[in-house]
Amino acid sequence: MFLYSSITKKVLMALAGLFLVTFLSVHLGINLMLLKNDGGRLFTEAATFMGTNALIKVFEVVLFVGFLLHIIVGVLVSSQNKAARPSPYAVSNSSDTSLLSKYMFHTGVIVFLFLLLHFFDFYFIKIGLVAPPPGVAIHDFYSRTLLLFSTPWYSLLYIFCFIALGIHLNHAIQSAFQTLGWNHGKYMDAVKFLGSAYSLIITAGFTLVPICILFLKH
Amino acid sequence: MNFTLKIWRQKNVAAKGELIAYDVSGISPDSSFFEMLDTLNQKLIMTGGDPVAFDHDCREGICGTCSLYINGRPHGPVKGVTTCQLHMRSFVDGDTIHIEPWRAKAFPIIRDLVVDRSALDKIIQAGGYVSVNTGGVPDANTIPIPKEKSEAAMDAAACIGCGACVAACSNAAAMLFIGAKVSHLALLPQGRVEASKRVQKMVACVDTLGFGNCSNTYACEAECPKGISVVNIARMNREFIGAKLFSEKEKVVKVSF
Repeated sequence: MFLYSSITKKVLMALAGLFLVTFLSVHLGINLMLLKNDGGRLFTEAATFMGTNALIKVFEVVLFVGFLLHIIVGVLVSSQNKAARPSPYAVSNSSDTSLLSKYMFHTGVIVFLFLLLHFFDFYFIKIGLVAPPPGVAIHDFYSRTLLLFSTPWYSLLYIFCFIALGIHLNHAIQSAFQTLGWNHGKYMDAVKFLGSAYSLIITAGFTLVPICILFLKH
Repeated sequence: MNFTLKIWRQKNVAAKGELIAYDVSGISPDSSFFEMLDTLNQKLIMTGGDPVAFDHDCREGICGTCSLYINGRPHGPVKGVTTCQLHMRSFVDGDTIHIEPWRAKAFPIIRDLVVDRSALDKIIQAGGYVSVNTGGVPDANTIPIPKEKSEAAMDAAACIGCGACVAACSNAAAMLFIGAKVSHLALLPQGRVEASKRVQKMVACVDTLGFGNCSNTYACEAECPKGISVVNIARMNREFIGAKLFSEKEKVVKVSF
């Protein structure tokens, strides 16, 4: 991977990233089931399906590979980028460009740290590495989620992480298209618009759950 | 007009550089940025000082020799012009102007504001040749080229290789430069013959020179004095991916003795 050309690395990152983007909408769909007022029946059913279906199990491995690939190449590319300008400018760059696009690594790190937290909160409990909190069964994701989101600081941290993810995605989606060579006058504006809309939906959708739990005591 | 200049002074590649403040006064608003620097240098020479070294040649915006990172922007505050085409009326009287060299690992500082941009020449060399027939001069328009293709190729060929894209890029990447060079040949039938080899060789070369990777912030496009579009980077990526995935394998004839 270290020997791959800069474009090959970026293409791998873009492909893995686009796969992760599609995964997010699946995850969001299941999360929104939490908002149905049925004591978590629908949500638990979906969670059980995701935890037991054989095809999903295969895709879980693909998903982990996607995450690893995106993260490893991302760190590699960023460290090369940092090394490409050993002495910084005295006056920082004020070029007419999207400011947030320069913070892909930073927002990426926030999302990665959130991912670790998420693993401790759910995945490690599911596979039995971490004991669930008292009063919550191993596979009772519904109670676990309610418990976590009833803590205000946790909900705020969660919302912060998803704003970072939204910023990341806003640049990432159109950036992936550009890296894969899909930049054309006919559709690039649409790609940029839909990419921004998608990232807004992801941030709004995911943060809706803690907001509802916190403020509506759903 | 009067200005305070903060100019990066550095004796050579190994020396430690620093920003030094100079005052210039009585500058005409119609003088160019370089005429203003010439005035400063004349003053420095007359007072026994060391004149500021900076790159310049044609002073009409077509050679790509001039550089300078002025107040956080390559080629200064005006869009679509090189530093030599920048005039002092673009600044406010009494301004403090920071002048730094291009900064990139691939562009070592030779002296003061002069950097070594031969890395860009190495990329061009790595691209190799374009096949042409020898013999008499061919008639015009013997090879049909669609108007829009020749226009797009010409837009890419407008690159003067100044390196502002590298200077502006937060990763010091040269992707707009190679994108332009790959595009202007790949768009034309004459350049198609070696296109797949060319893009692979140029990308392989750029990776050895210490440039960063593209993260699509498009600062390069914003600062390019020739308005080269990042569409050319996407075209290069397409060419590269296509070449890696679909180019014909070279037949190697093994001779056994």
